[in-house]
Amino acid sequence: MKALYFAWVRERIGANEEELAPPAEVATVGDLVAWLATRGENYAHAFEKPQVIRAALDRVHVGREAKIAGAREIALFPPMTGG
Amino acid sequence: MGAARVQREDFDAAAEGRALTKGRYDIGALASFIGLCRDEGGRLAALEIEHYPGMAEAEIARVIAAAETRWPLLGVTVIHRHGAIKPGEQIVYVGVAAAHRGEAFAAAEMLIDYLKTGAPFWKRARGRDGTVGDWVEAQASDTAQAARWTKP
Repeated sequence: MKALYFAWVRERIGANEEELAPPAEVATVGDLVAWLATRGENYAHAFEKPQVIRAALDRVHVGREAKIAGAREIALFPPMTGG
Repeated sequence: MGAARVQREDFDAAAEGRALTKGRYDIGALASFIGLCRDEGGRLAALEIEHYPGMAEAEIARVIAAAETRWPLLGVTVIHRHGAIKPGEQIVYVGVAAAHRGEAFAAAEMLIDYLKTGAPFWKRARGRDGTVGDWVEAQASDTAQAARWTKP
């Protein structure tokens, strides 16, 4: 699946996007964030407060309990500040 | 069916309002809201607005559809800019046409409340002293404002 990162999540990781192949036990958005946080200091920094991270699966907002199976695109980002 | 636009360029709010009402004789109210960039007491040189291309348009369109389900609206246009925006410049336009002012005001307020917390945009401040400032933090008050519309 393709992962997209925005705002300070993007900056802390140091990438706009990447291809991810998480292990099978990573079932939900929350699992994915926890798994990513183990991939290095930059990821650990980006996801140090997992409760503030927002997510979208295939461009639709989802909660951390959402299943990621079948999604083509997952986006992880801070709370939005538009308007 | 309203129009959702995400663009770098500025917009002409008067022209957008005319486009919503042109050739119509059933519209009795046009409510428009324009969000502008503040200078935060002289400290801010510009806002830089990042967005999620594709989702930003889709999310605005979803919120417009929700407003159209809730009120009898006769036209909606929402424009959100991205990129560098200086103090005094326009950021966002919400225009709602309806038969009566009640639904036009209410829908415009709901739309801007949702834009602030649910549309995938992120603002960062650039200081007058040349510093790249922090990302603007989400305000709990904005979340509370948006949550009002999810209650019956």
